[in-house]
Amino acid sequence: MTTVAKGAKPLLAIKGLTATAGDLEILKGIDLEVYKGEVHAIMGPNGSGKSTLANVLAGRPDYTVTGGEVLFEGHDILQLDPEIRARMGVFLAFQYPLELPGVRAWQFLKAGVDAKRIHNGEEEMSAREFDQMLKAKVDQVQIDPDLVKRAVNEGFSGGEKKRNEILQMAVLEPKLALLDETDSGLDIDALRIVSDGVNLLRSSENAVILVTHYQRILNYITPNHVHVLYDGRIVQSGGPELAHELEEKGYDWIKDAVETDV
Amino acid sequence: MTSVSVKFAHYLADFKSLTQGPGAAGPPWLRDLRDSGWSRFNKTGFPTARRGNERWKYTNVGPIAKTDFGIADEPISVPSDSLPVYEADGQQIYDLVYLDGRYSPELSSPAAASAGITAVSLASVASDSSFGLEGQIGHYAPPDDDGFAALNTAFLYDGAYVNIAGDCSEKVTVRISYITVDGTKPKVSHPRTLIILGRNADATVVESYSGPKESVYFTNAVTEISVGDGAQLDHYRLLLEGGQAFHVGTSRVKQEKNSSFSSASFALGTALARNDMEVLFGGSGGFCSLNGLYLTADHQHIDNLVSINHAEPYCTSRLNYKGILDGRSKAVFGGTVIVDKDAQKSDAEQTDKNLILSRQAEVDSKPSLLIYADDVKCSHGATAGHIDAGTLFYLRSRGLDLDTASKMLIQAFASEIIDTVKPEHLREHVESVFASSIPNKTLPMVGIR
Repeated sequence: MTTVAKGAKPLLAIKGLTATAGDLEILKGIDLEVYKGEVHAIMGPNGSGKSTLANVLAGRPDYTVTGGEVLFEGHDILQLDPEIRARMGVFLAFQYPLELPGVRAWQFLKAGVDAKRIHNGEEEMSAREFDQMLKAKVDQVQIDPDLVKRAVNEGFSGGEKKRNEILQMAVLEPKLALLDETDSGLDIDALRIVSDGVNLLRSSENAVILVTHYQRILNYITPNHVHVLYDGRIVQSGGPELAHELEEKGYDWIKDAVETDV
Repeated sequence: MTSVSVKFAHYLADFKSLTQGPGAAGPPWLRDLRDSGWSRFNKTGFPTARRGNERWKYTNVGPIAKTDFGIADEPISVPSDSLPVYEADGQQIYDLVYLDGRYSPELSSPAAASAGITAVSLASVASDSSFGLEGQIGHYAPPDDDGFAALNTAFLYDGAYVNIAGDCSEKVTVRISYITVDGTKPKVSHPRTLIILGRNADATVVESYSGPKESVYFTNAVTEISVGDGAQLDHYRLLLEGGQAFHVGTSRVKQEKNSSFSSASFALGTALARNDMEVLFGGSGGFCSLNGLYLTADHQHIDNLVSINHAEPYCTSRLNYKGILDGRSKAVFGGTVIVDKDAQKSDAEQTDKNLILSRQAEVDSKPSLLIYADDVKCSHGATAGHIDAGTLFYLRSRGLDLDTASKMLIQAFASEIIDTVKPEHLREHVESVFASSIPNKTLPMVGIR
């Protein structure tokens, strides 16, 4: 477990974040600080707003931020386009990765890498250098090399799509990875491979926010902090033991606790 | 009613100078064919987009009828920049190049019937009966087909003649380039292409049409193709005319027993384009795959009328067209698969998919099946859609800006058809032509979620 040096600045600081989808208020005031080297698990029942939080942080245009601020490395990113956030080092692993028929994985990933490099004042990567890097990442996250030769996610199984998200994460080397229910729909083998990938990419220089409905993935990825999101608010935070408590008692326990509080 | 001779006065003058000038020297059968074309054209005139005329329902050729197009004088200079740019990868290519419809010996590298391979100018061999043109020209695309075919027949003089003899062992590639040269007056050309593949022959033919970007001109092309028993033809049609150009292309294909015809038709940039293609299975066991990709912008209009006639049993056809529409452009797709009563075990699929990039663009897609046999497998479908907002976000979340992301998705949509091009040099050429023409969409049309 990583400890945070006193006085360090958070990688991500969310203050009073509220957001809507259409007329529906989904996030009702989120406060959260994430430091480099940390893994935060965000848990909660369906409809609590946990996927919305991940998507709002990545800049999905379907949501409207109505209040609060999000500082990433000290910069307010809420006004920035999703591609700018991505180039700064925010990565969203999708709950339902999209199929891109006709878009070759190679081309897709290289465009992402080059966009980031240009953003950082570097030159585009040469094709040869990119080939080597991609091959190394494919080995690292143990994805079938044939998947990279095909169109992105086209005809992939659910597990292959999630693994491909992890490969993209490995290639783009984000500072903040948002995993939106990456564990859902995975069998135990796929779950282990995805978790191994995340653990491999964890470092003291990055952070992970793991959005999940189930405690299961936390058997493989040990979080530093667990937060429970309910009705658009973080209603409880704790260590890994909180996840086990949720597993035992279910979400009704949280619902009851919150509602008697009110 | 306006008298015909006044209505088509400029065509009549050109017709007279052809028949009394260079055309007079041709063989009698060709002169008769021209006359029949001319009288047919006088009777029918240009087709009109009136009700009940299904073949021309959505396309108004008024602008073609109203313009005084004339046959070009001899071109003075050779526009080297409009010549085919792609290189063959080490393989022999027979090149036939035409400027304003006239064969250019300087720019061509023909094949003169040696080793069973003929790829020559029509005009140069029309009088030589050993080439056997009589009975072939006008056989697959008769002048009574429609007004444009009739007009082309009336002005039949030059074009391309490709004949691969039966059991020719060489895999032949012929590239036919019809280039309109910039000029002061609106010009018309009526190129005729005749492609005959003998038994078991194997050939690739690339027909391309191009011209100046800013001039008004009209290409009225007719292509006749016969694919012999067991023969295989890969046919590519590149329509890269200028932005003020009119193009009407009529292609008629007859396939014999166990033959294969794979075609890909690419169109972009033309003000008004019509691609009328008919394939007839004249023998059992044939296979044809007709692919098309069109990209339209501004006020451009394209009309693809494609029909496949399963007249014999055990034939398979695949018809797959895709369109990308921007600006106020309009695309028409009329696909018809006809399965005759005796054509059992026919297998036919037809689709037309369109990607609409602007609210003002319009597509009229009408795939249809006419089935008279009972043991067949046929399907058809048409779609029109926008770039999906969720997909766009997926690409942006990986760092790609809107322009790059939408361009990548548009290219991906086109790639299904471009990837059907077998020769690598041609595929790369088509890919780059399309890539450079895909509009930059700073504010793409996105579907509402």
